[in-house]
Amino acid sequence: MSDTDEQRRQFLKTSVGAAAVAIAPGMLMFDMAHGDTEPVSSKVRWGMLIDTANCADCDKCVKACNKENGLSGGLSPTDSQWMRKVELKDMRTGRQLALPMMCQHCAEPPCVDVCPTGASFKRADGIVLVDKHLCIGCRYCMMACPYKARSFVHEPLHDQKPDVPRGKGTVESCTMCVQRVDKGKIPACAEACPNKSILFGNLNDPDSEVSRKIRTVASTQVRADLGLDTGIRYQGL
Amino acid sequence: MANHSPQRFKTRLYYALLAAGGLVAMMGLYAAHMMEKYGHIITGMNNQIVWGMPHVFAIFMIVTASGVLNIASIGSVFGKAVYKGRAPLAGMLSIALLAGGLAVLMLDLGRPDRIIVAATHFNLTSVFAWNIVLYSGLFTFVAIYTWTLLERRMNRWIKPAGLVVFAWRIILTTGTGLIFAFLVARQAYASAILPPMFLIMSFTWGLAVFHVVQSAMYTWNNRIQDPVILKRMKNLLGIFVLGTLYMVAVYHLSNLYFAKQTAFEHFILLSGGIYPWLFWSGYVVLGSLLPLLLIYHPSLGKPKFVVLASLMVIVGSFSLLYVFIIGGQAFPLDIFPGYEVTSTFWDGQIGQYQPSLYEFLLGFGGLAIAFLITTIGVHALNFMPPEQTPQRV
Ligand code: SF4
Repeated sequence: MSDTDEQRRQFLKTSVGAAAVAIAPGMLMFDMAHGDTEPVSSKVRWGMLIDTANCADCDKCVKACNKENGLSGGLSPTDSQWMRKVELKDMRTGRQLALPMMCQHCAEPPCVDVCPTGASFKRADGIVLVDKHLCIGCRYCMMACPYKARSFVHEPLHDQKPDVPRGKGTVESCTMCVQRVDKGKIPACAEACPNKSILFGNLNDPDSEVSRKIRTVASTQVRADLGLDTGIRYQGL
Repeated sequence: MANHSPQRFKTRLYYALLAAGGLVAMMGLYAAHMMEKYGHIITGMNNQIVWGMPHVFAIFMIVTASGVLNIASIGSVFGKAVYKGRAPLAGMLSIALLAGGLAVLMLDLGRPDRIIVAATHFNLTSVFAWNIVLYSGLFTFVAIYTWTLLERRMNRWIKPAGLVVFAWRIILTTGTGLIFAFLVARQAYASAILPPMFLIMSFTWGLAVFHVVQSAMYTWNNRIQDPVILKRMKNLLGIFVLGTLYMVAVYHLSNLYFAKQTAFEHFILLSGGIYPWLFWSGYVVLGSLLPLLLIYHPSLGKPKFVVLASLMVIVGSFSLLYVFIIGGQAFPLDIFPGYEVTSTFWDGQIGQYQPSLYEFLLGFGGLAIAFLITTIGVHALNFMPPEQTPQRV
């Protein structure tokens, strides 16, 4: 009797072990794709304050974004550009400035409202993403985005980065480098900026550096009139 | 023998039509296959002009599918006998056009293989998702409605079924208008006028398509259209064409005076190259003024002129949709009001778009699907309007 028990126990142990071995890579991949689920909470709202003072003649952030996310960096009308440099000239005063433009990670994102399948979604920590498995490629979100932040993948992709899922026929945009943020790192653009002009942090924490700076300097949300409450703020615009 | 030959000729012609329609539909599927294989890179669409030629075709068909039902509603809901006899044909045309339009819309998706995702994952805040419900609903209701018309035992249900279809299609076309009206950031679209504008457009285009199909059927059956009825229906088309012109004018004027979208209006009506050209010559002259002349000129007004006018209205509607959908996207978004902008992503620049052959193939493929359903339907069932002129209309 006890012999059979022993056998059973042995069997159970082996199966649990085998199951663990079988599931682990899956879990690992899930983790990589989704990040650690724990830190995603509404206590955090990730955002950025971008100081445009030193942005002229520099595109290090854009290059870093392309590298981190495996984008080709091509500039044809069908190439994906998650981040771009925009040159501005005030029509009244003639003042010129430049700034990096990307998904503004709105609190009220129009892309999420219009997406028929719910592929466009906002995480609890404020990052706006596209679920690559739900996106049907209708491009309605691109029509709805006031910032032209999104790109459609027009061609088959090769050599993708394992932790940045992309796919032909789906829409994509700046993810605020979730794959890095979820590991406690800052987005690639913020890290690459030689002037430390991109300040990344938790907008919901009054003591975070970004919150403190927003309290002390004048900052702007792009198209604030639309009332979308963007997570990206600009200084000097 | 001699008696049989016209009949035999017709049978041959019927199969030739089916073959031709089938071929065009197959070419549409081929285009869709190529788009899925190589991606949208083989189309003219890009990250600036995200909706292109397929959407012009699809929206034309979907809007018209709803509008053609107007004939049926006038008959069943408002009890006009002339239109009652034409209601089954209207129902069938509506199903055909909806099938064609939805096929194009679906096959243009980046991931058409995931269409089931659209049915299982539903975002309630999305107008697009509502439209999926509205379209499938229309299919069902129109099918039931057409059945009540054709099946004698079901005749007593015509009125309630007709009412449901009437209400549903008004909501549906409003929904189609809302797809654009909700795009708050785009100068061309964020306008409350769009839903009623789409509604009146649907009446016009639906009636135009109906005229074309109806006269083809009369010719096929060697019958002459009752001049009284024809006159009524052509006058109705004239009123709708005028109504559409009026709504389009209100849309542009309100953009100019209330929304202060003067730069956009200048682009679309004057300086934008192909867009103003298509708007004025394609929509206004060819698609509205000339048809009005054909309809109302006392010495014209014959069946063939009405068909010609209807065909012109259809060409005009494509021009108008092209200007609306593609011109509306080509004009740069005003992301930084008060600033002149440039970037590598065409900020501040007019979007460039050159529709590719594949897009046309896909669009015509959708029309071919509608054509096939219509031809087979008309051949298999009796959709011919009753001959005699009713006493009171
Ligand atoms: S393209 Fe994808 S993410 Fe965008 S609205 Fe359509 S399904 Fe949603």
